[in-house]
Amino acid sequence: MKRLANVVELAASYDLAIIGAGPAGMSAAVTAAEAGLSVLVLDENGAPGGQIYRGITGTPVKRREILGAEFWRGEEIVAGFERCEASYAPHATAWSLAPDGSKGFEIGVSLGGAVRHIHASEVIAATGAHERPFPIPGWTLPGVMTAGAAQIALKANALVPDGRVVIAGCGPLLFLVTAQLLAAGANIVAVLDTAEPGNWRRALPHLPGFLRSPYLMKGLRLLLKARRANFISRVTALRAEAGDDGCLARVAHTRGSTETTLACDTLLLHQGVVPNINLANAVGCEQDWDDGQLSFVPRIDDWMQTSIPGLSIPGDGGGIRGAEAAALGGTLAALGAAARLGRLSQDERNQRAAPVRAEFERLSAGRAFLDALYRPPKAFRVPAEAETIVCRCEEVTAGEIREVVAGGVTGPNQLKVFLRCGMGPCQGRQCGLTVTELMADARGVSAEAIGSYHLRPPFKPVTLGELASLPSNDAAVKAVVR
Amino acid sequence: MFRRLPESDTATLRFKIDGRPATGRAGESVAAAMLAAGVVTCRTTPIGGQKRAPYCLMGVCFECLVTIDGIGNRQACLIPLTEGMDIRSQDGARDMAGEPVTEAAP
Ligand code: FES
Repeated sequence: MKRLANVVELAASYDLAIIGAGPAGMSAAVTAAEAGLSVLVLDENGAPGGQIYRGITGTPVKRREILGAEFWRGEEIVAGFERCEASYAPHATAWSLAPDGSKGFEIGVSLGGAVRHIHASEVIAATGAHERPFPIPGWTLPGVMTAGAAQIALKANALVPDGRVVIAGCGPLLFLVTAQLLAAGANIVAVLDTAEPGNWRRALPHLPGFLRSPYLMKGLRLLLKARRANFISRVTALRAEAGDDGCLARVAHTRGSTETTLACDTLLLHQGVVPNINLANAVGCEQDWDDGQLSFVPRIDDWMQTSIPGLSIPGDGGGIRGAEAAALGGTLAALGAAARLGRLSQDERNQRAAPVRAEFERLSAGRAFLDALYRPPKAFRVPAEAETIVCRCEEVTAGEIREVVAGGVTGPNQLKVFLRCGMGPCQGRQCGLTVTELMADARGVSAEAIGSYHLRPPFKPVTLGELASLPSNDAAVKAVVR
Repeated sequence: MFRRLPESDTATLRFKIDGRPATGRAGESVAAAMLAAGVVTCRTTPIGGQKRAPYCLMGVCFECLVTIDGIGNRQACLIPLTEGMDIRSQDGARDMAGEPVTEAAP
């Protein structure tokens, strides 16, 4: 692997550009480089691993048992990536991606304070997942963060929330973070479990696939560790409350008909992860609403290729399947790209893919059970209270959105015009799903019918200073003028 | 409010947060260094003046916007801490050069 720190080190053109150095991106790079492709990996983080293996090459956490065996599995895949021939640019942002006729793509890259446009014949966007929005009253208060954020602080920085911690929500990551924080010595006063008891019934039909996947043993081990915390199940409502300083002081939860308030310093929220679809959406990939995962998912084929030829989305960005399946998906995407570029025959591609695909399918089969078991309740996806903030950036509340919908606004893109909802710096990453589901609920139609925000490049902010660093050629002029 | 695990190597990079001297570890993000330095709020919102703090630590939410060495709206969770950084919390709106934006229209 060749590490790049500056735009001048970028070649003008690559066979394959990979966006994201998580499990999918890293394994795609290894496979593609082996097949003889020139590969560039762009990643926002400073070290490989993605969010799941965040900090794996340099974590200051010395006791391995704190992060657990599943985390350290990432070492092998990072080692493979480090040995491969790909070029790797950490702290790099891909902020635009435009199909370039039949010849490939033009990608806007910012790296080391300057920007460049590069060409790639094939693109693999391994942009992964982020946590599902969790719009409850008070979720914007300082002291409230996602469980994933606390996990990143631990993995990458050996930071543990100080004082009394409450963890709330549902999903496998909730248990994992609980177990990790307990091992790291955090004072977890309660875990407020929001999973609905009826989920078991809905999950049962998916049990056979789950039993064949390795999720079962992993899950059981985790549950046993996490259960040492004070678990409070069947929580149906949550509210974060501020103290005199305007920061989090208490969290109220409802169970049955009783509301209980707990004093706390940190509240960690989590209700599953969803594909990060911003890039796919901005480029115009076809996407579908997945009712099992309660999110939009880019439409992909057997080689993870989207509706845009030459653009593939393996890993959680193309539908949540977990880290191990993501790595296999990356390999399949790279084999597909190599074959399209003529570096592998179809037979070679299929032969090499067969065992990978078999394992990929075994892992994927276990997912539907987890999706059903940890389906986040509607009360936490579609806020009932009018004053709950939906769009954190522009401070738009659920009540305002319902009002505008009652006034005849039909979809998320129209909503932007009326409320600026989704037009803040996060470009709808945080509120997109809530807006879709809230509008669907208000209008009594499906989420699919409501659709999502249409995003546009740049899908990550670029500063004027960075743009000024563009060499003055046609591409530069196009980037600014278009 | 976070604490460092005792086993983590010592914080050796010096920086300033709102003029106050603090130290951070090489390799950590500005947001992580701020959390470890006891910072609870990193900005107030341009519209309602609400207090906000880093929420996702992975570049998604844009709640961690701060002014670094005079440049505003930097995503603290994605930017590595370096020696001598001057980090300031943001009140209200900023333009890209870090100057407070004065709103003329209502
Ligand atoms: S904390 Fe979410 S973008 Fe930085």
